Amino acid sequence: MTTPTPTPAPVTPTTALNASRTTATAIRVLAQLRHDPRTIAMLIVLPSLLLLLLRYVFDGSARTFDGIGASLLGIFPLITMFLVTSIATLRERTSGTLERLLAMPLGKGDLIAGYALAFGILAIVQSALATGLAVWVLGLDVTGSPWLLLLVALLDALLGTALGLFVSAFASSEFQAVQFMPAVIFPQLLLCGLFTPRSNMHPVLEAISDVLPMSYAVDGMNEVLTHTDITATFVRDTLIVATCALLVLTLGAATLRRQTP
Amino acid sequence: MMNYSDPSPGRAVQAEALTVVRGTRTVLRGLDFTVPRGQITGLLGPSGCGKSTLMRAIVGTQAKVTGTLEVLGHPAGHAALRTRIGYVTQAPSVYDDLTVRQNLAYFAAILDPGRAAADRRDENVTRAIADVDLTTRADALAGNLSGGQRSRVSLAVALLGTPELLVLDEPTVGLDPVLRRDLWAFFHTIAATRGATLLISSHVMDEAERCHRLLLMRDGELLADDTPDALRTRTASETMEEAFLHLVDEAKKSSTPAKTKEQTP
Repeated sequence: MTTPTPTPAPVTPTTALNASRTTATAIRVLAQLRHDPRTIAMLIVLPSLLLLLLRYVFDGSARTFDGIGASLLGIFPLITMFLVTSIATLRERTSGTLERLLAMPLGKGDLIAGYALAFGILAIVQSALATGLAVWVLGLDVTGSPWLLLLVALLDALLGTALGLFVSAFASSEFQAVQFMPAVIFPQLLLCGLFTPRSNMHPVLEAISDVLPMSYAVDGMNEVLTHTDITATFVRDTLIVATCALLVLTLGAATLRRQTP
Repeated sequence: MMNYSDPSPGRAVQAEALTVVRGTRTVLRGLDFTVPRGQITGLLGPSGCGKSTLMRAIVGTQAKVTGTLEVLGHPAGHAALRTRIGYVTQAPSVYDDLTVRQNLAYFAAILDPGRAAADRRDENVTRAIADVDLTTRADALAGNLSGGQRSRVSLAVALLGTPELLVLDEPTVGLDPVLRRDLWAFFHTIAATRGATLLISSHVMDEAERCHRLLLMRDGELLADDTPDALRTRTASETMEEAFLHLVDEAKKSSTPAKTKEQTP
């Protein structure tokens, strides 16, 4: 059990964001998932299967599928990433590894960015598959570039990751974490314009939907659906979703405490 | 009086009037003690007496700490201490869905980041795995290991950065006698060869014999701060267990009159 004294490493101080520590965290999160192939399979395949289901639900009205299908391409990554991230970070908190990491020279930003990077990569795969299937196999009729659909889907996934990280701070058990999905996601789902255009809603609800990020995610998808070019509305929508994701990620970092009671 | 801004070379930890409140409960009540450098200090006492809280305070993860607590020349929790302290919590804090080596590789990358350090990290990881005698299980998932093996993975993480101060919360719980003896031998080796300071908590009194110094705690207070020999001599006891019980009874006797006074209006 005894080995020679090792050479001590030079001290790399804690900084807000260190690229190596962020990458190491992302690789670690992905390595954890790799030991859990069923989760990966479900993450990647489920949205595509649901789209397939949806396509034949609207078998007689392909137009309806266009509208709802495009919106769902933005909503699926948001929901799945929200769920996966909130559970993953909750496990980090309850297993004691978060306390251990924060007693080490890991910046809070490194941890958050590492998670966002890992789940962002997964989201790219997930969204690429779902978008490709919708456009080329299921005949989703998009006027604009499918790449723009993919971009919005990716931003939505980041937003989902950010929201998941944030709410996990307020959950002390998996039961609570899962309940945050109906609490945080469902109202946005009802108000985002998926079921009825937002302008048809009660003015109060319309005003609320104006401040919910998912509304802009769905708006952005619809812009791509109906316009050939990148419209000003599309740029505004994507910027709002991206800003929201960054804001919530920052809030998430603020919920990590090096000292706990 | 002591000059606290001057890092005292002989002391790894120095506490004065250290008090910790958790919720409404005062868990540590005005502790004064020092932990000498390069030695093994045992922290003993019944479960629930505040050992873990004291360790968390020293590591800097405990909120609501008042009084003076100086660790390796810095106030506890200082950012400069994060690479110099190795901390092992009572419950193993490792990722169950990673292998032993993956766990260590990740924590090593946090302590010593960058591609340039990759070789040194590999070396350190391999050494830490060997230190806790898990070389044959290096590629097993931590979740598939036995309880004792998982706690050794957790210990290996703390050994990664060649820390000057190791704070180990009950590291030998659930281990068989052979492994316990080996680990204690290993603790003595790193104290002797690396000059590391170890603060080890336990509620098994026979482990007290293996420490250079002892801090005996009960109910958030220190009963004694001495060497095992001196404690046995002072209490005229054969074993540490006897010595501890003697000290507890003594403390009860001296505190009982005070308590009855408080209760009478």
